Amino acid sequence: MSASAIRDEQGFTVAQHLICLRGIVWREALRFVHQRERFISALVRPLVWLFIFAAGFRQILGVSIIPPYDTYVLYEVYVTPGLMAMIQLFNGMQSSLSMVYDREMGNMRMLLVSPFPRWYLLIGKLLASTAVSVLQVYAYLVVAWLWGITPPPWGYLAVLPALVLSGMMLGALGMLLSSAIRQLENFAGVMNFVIFPMFFASSALYPLWLVQQSSPVVYTICRLNPFTYAIELIRFALYLEINWTALAVVASMTVLFTAGAILAYDPARGLIARRGAGGA
Amino acid sequence: MSATIVQAASAPSGLDATPALAVHGVSHSYGSRKALVDVSLAVQQGRFTVLLGLNGAGKTTLFSLITRLYDTQRGSVDVLGHPVARQPGAALRLLGVVFQARTLDLDLSVMENLLYHAALHGIGGREARRRSQAALEEVEMADRARDTARKLSGGQMRRVEIARALLHRPRVMVLDEPTVGLDVASRAAILRHVRTLVRERGVAVLWATHLLDEVQPEDAAVVLHLGRVLAAGDVPDVIRSAGAADMRGAFTALTGGAAAREAE
Repeated sequence: MSASAIRDEQGFTVAQHLICLRGIVWREALRFVHQRERFISALVRPLVWLFIFAAGFRQILGVSIIPPYDTYVLYEVYVTPGLMAMIQLFNGMQSSLSMVYDREMGNMRMLLVSPFPRWYLLIGKLLASTAVSVLQVYAYLVVAWLWGITPPPWGYLAVLPALVLSGMMLGALGMLLSSAIRQLENFAGVMNFVIFPMFFASSALYPLWLVQQSSPVVYTICRLNPFTYAIELIRFALYLEINWTALAVVASMTVLFTAGAILAYDPARGLIARRGAGGA
Repeated sequence: MSATIVQAASAPSGLDATPALAVHGVSHSYGSRKALVDVSLAVQQGRFTVLLGLNGAGKTTLFSLITRLYDTQRGSVDVLGHPVARQPGAALRLLGVVFQARTLDLDLSVMENLLYHAALHGIGGREARRRSQAALEEVEMADRARDTARKLSGGQMRRVEIARALLHRPRVMVLDEPTVGLDVASRAAILRHVRTLVRERGVAVLWATHLLDEVQPEDAAVVLHLGRVLAAGDVPDVIRSAGAADMRGAFTALTGGAAAREAE
């Protein structure tokens, strides 16, 4: 090779990797700030559930003492971790949709022509969307606190790693779906086929023992739903406990979905390579 | 079909002979649809090379392969001697890209768009700001730095995209139909600017277009039609070998001939 070919073969430094990562997270945060209606709807959605749905259900559903709670809890206390996870579920799917949209608009293309390794770029993108979802969850927790839902003070800190992990899992799932399934390019499709089934067939709205009593089949589905484990991880962490099963499931699903998403965006084997870039 | 013979358009003196961009025997299909068949071409350092083709010729697929959205199924792409498939980092660092689709983030300001791109190339802090400012001044967009990209006209967006593509000082630039949808004045301004980059900084350019009036006699040209390279070389040579008087005649003769052969 000629001299010109050798000159630029040096890899990037660690500092440059961090600049790149910071840039990706910073852009996602800027977009979120600029799209004010997205933030408001992200906050309003769980609050509607909390204020209206939980108020109605409170009279119907009695929640017995189950871990991690050490006393009877009001329904809105029970449902709060589910709603926190719902925020992340919506955010994960929304950012996956924005990837599809980005890909068509070309923003995703700009990300992928960066000389950094593609897995690094995709994980950066995942971290960025997770960071945004964590901000949304804390905004929700502030309002919930005003509503009288007061987990232990340290719980707010203990829940952070749980939220990062569950945010990564749901973001990676969204990323995998965005690369794999073209039909999901409108939000109604994602609502019907991903968000609703995952949300309702989980421990978000009712404890699983209650589900088991009414339908063993639905109970089994709930047990197989990774979203259930995200909720339980968050629920236990918020009350300063670790649900090891949930941790194991969420951690391994995060690895699995992330690997799947990286594979799907791999230039050699990926799904986009097989079906073309979209557009001309 | 044997490999299309590519006459290497000669590089200007003073640069080594490694092609800025070399595409060797690239074929690509989407399912059963063949988008590119045995495509070879070379862009010499410091030259303006026009990739001429109608819509559906395979230009966008070729750009996807050059920018490694996905790997080539057959053949290879080298940027200044770096194979894109095996050394993507080294190749992509040397490459500046302007896609056909608009790729500015419309919710972000012009400056934020540039800083984001700089970060994607590992350039941050004051250096990123300095380069972005300089790049905007160069395309006379410095006064719009704080505006959101949404407020820009099509021509202004393109100018910003070109400024952005140059932030990491690439030595090769590929532009996919950069003048599509622009008015005559914007088209001329952008074309003039990119030609200046070639002349003054020795950037090698691959400029995809279907507009024949964007070709100049001193350019190199590659004619792509239905996924195949029909002719390549210095513009006068392409015109002469097609037996035509000008590029328009040459293009018609080449593509019309191919269309006629297909019809048989």
